[in-house]
Amino acid sequence: MSGLEDLYREIILDHYRAPRNRGELPVPPAVKSEGFNPLCGDEVVLYLDVDDGVVTDLKIAGQGCSISQASTSMMSAAVKGKTIAEVRQLTRAFKALMSIHESKLEGEQDGSDLEDDLKGVRLGDLEALQGVVKFPVRIKCATLAWNTLIQGLDEAT
Amino acid sequence: MSSIDVARVKADFPILKRVVNGHPLVFLDSAASAQKPIQVLEAMDRLARESYANVHRGVYTIAEEASAKFEASRAAVARFIGAPSTREVIFLRNATEAINLVAYSWARSNLVEGDAIVLTEMEHHANVVPWLMLAEERGIELRWAPITSDFVLDLDGLDELLHNAKLLAVTASSNVLGTINDIPLLVQAAHAAGALVLVDACQSVPHLVTDITAWDADFVAFSAHKMLGPSGIGALWARSELLEAMPPFLGGGEMIRDVTKTGFTTNELPWKFEAGTPAITEAIGWHAAIDYLEDLGMDNVRAHEVSITDYALGALEANFEDRITIYGPRDPAARGSAVSFLLQEIHAHDVSQVLDEYGVCVRAGHHCAKPLMRVLGVPATSRASFYIYNDEDDVDALVSALKNAEKFFAI
Repeated sequence: MSGLEDLYREIILDHYRAPRNRGELPVPPAVKSEGFNPLCGDEVVLYLDVDDGVVTDLKIAGQGCSISQASTSMMSAAVKGKTIAEVRQLTRAFKALMSIHESKLEGEQDGSDLEDDLKGVRLGDLEALQGVVKFPVRIKCATLAWNTLIQGLDEAT
Repeated sequence: MSSIDVARVKADFPILKRVVNGHPLVFLDSAASAQKPIQVLEAMDRLARESYANVHRGVYTIAEEASAKFEASRAAVARFIGAPSTREVIFLRNATEAINLVAYSWARSNLVEGDAIVLTEMEHHANVVPWLMLAEERGIELRWAPITSDFVLDLDGLDELLHNAKLLAVTASSNVLGTINDIPLLVQAAHAAGALVLVDACQSVPHLVTDITAWDADFVAFSAHKMLGPSGIGALWARSELLEAMPPFLGGGEMIRDVTKTGFTTNELPWKFEAGTPAITEAIGWHAAIDYLEDLGMDNVRAHEVSITDYALGALEANFEDRITIYGPRDPAARGSAVSFLLQEIHAHDVSQVLDEYGVCVRAGHHCAKPLMRVLGVPATSRASFYIYNDEDDVDALVSALKNAEKFFAI
C-alpha cells in the first residue's frame, strides 16, 4: 500500500474528510471563481474577499475527488490573510512542487530566477501533496484549486 | 458452467501475464478498448515481415498479397456482421470517423434548416458531437429520446419524437449502462416515420451475434479495437444505394477513378470513401480478431458475458449492499457487460486509484457520455466491463480491491 499512502497522506485525507472554509460569501463584494476538470468532473468554486491587497476571507464549494477537494481545502487555509503578492508566490511554489516544467512555461521569469524566487517560500502542510507528482493524471486534480484562485485574483484586482 | 474455457483464452493474451504493483493484471476495461490475443499480434507481425506493401497499387507479388489480405479482411468483417455485400463495408479509422462520415457526406447533402435528428440520452459523445456540430452549422433540430428510471429507453413518446425526423442516431448498447436497445423495433418505428437509422454498434458487435440484415438499419458504425483488434481501424456499413448517392467524404488517393486539372470522378464502392493509404496492418489484425471470436462462437461469447455479468452484479450487491449504486439494468440478459457504479460517496477517480494498487483496471470518469451523466445526476462513475478473458476470479479481485477502497476512504 506504500504507493497509495504516498498519494493519500493522512493530512490530505483529513482535509478531504473535514474540508476547511466550506461555504459561500456574498457577491459582491466577494469575487466568485469557478474551475472544472472536464475529464473527471472535479469542480471547485471559490469566493474571495480581497481588501487592500490582502485576501481577507475565502470560502470554498464544489465537488470532486479527494485530491481536488483536499487540495482546495489546504489552499484555502494557506492563503487566508496573505497579500496578493504572497499568494502569487505561493501559487508558483506550489506549482513548482507539482511540476517545475509547468511553472517555467507559465512563469514570467526563466527557470533560475524562478527557483531563487521560491527559495524562501514555506509550503508547510501543502508539501504533503508532493506525492501526487508520481501520479501524473492526478496533478491536475491538485492544481485545480490554485488555477481557480489565480483566476479569481485576476478578476478581483 | 462457462460456455468459454477462460483459462485457455487468458493464455492467449500476453498482456494478462503482466504484474502491476505486485499483483497480476486484472483487466476490466474492455468497453474502452479490448486486449489482443497472440493470434492478432502474430498476424500483424507476419504481414510486416512477409507481405507488407501498399494496397491496390503495385503489381508485384507482395503488393498483390497485401491487397488480397486487406480485401479478405473486409470480407471477414462483412460476414461477421451479416452484411449482404463487401461493397457496403467502408474501412475507416474508427466508429467516430464513420459517424462523422455520415454527418458530413449524407446529412450535409440531405438535411436542411429545420430538419430534425433524434438522439437518445444514452449516446456516446461520438454519436452526439457530430450532430451538435451539424445542428449549429445548419440549424438542425436535435431531439432527445429519454431514459427511464430502469435505465432503458423510454419508448412512450418515440413516435412523437420521430415525427418528421430525418434520422434516428442510436446506440445498440450503452457503454455506460450496458443497456441493449431493441434495434429492429427502433428501426421499424423510424422507417415508419420516414427517418433513416444510424446505429452506433461499438459496444454490441464485439459482444453479441450481429445480423445487420435483421436490424434493417441504414448506417452501422463500429471499431476493431473493442473486439480484440488493433486501434486505428473501424468500419461504416451502409446500404449501397445510400453510399452510391452520397458525395465522397475525404479526397485523395484511392477514392478516385480519374483526376484531371479541372476535376475528378470517384472510385466505385467501397473505395470511394477510403481516401489515402488505409490502416493495412491493422486490417489484417482485425481479420485475425474476427477469426478468434468466430472460433469461440459469438453465441458462446454472449453466454459467457451474461454469466460473468450476473456473477458481478450479484457479488457487488452482496458485498456492498446499499453502499453501492449500480447504473444499469439488473437483468444480465437485457444488458451488456459494462457495469457502472458509485461506491458510497467515494469519487470514481479515487476508487480507480486504489484499484490500480491491486492491479485492477477499471474506467473512471464520464465515459464520453456527459449528457447521460447529467441525466443520472453524477459527475463520474467507475465502470468495470467484462470480456472473454475475464472470469469469476477477476470479479472477486474487483470486490476485494473495492473493499480496500472503502476502508481507505472511510469517513
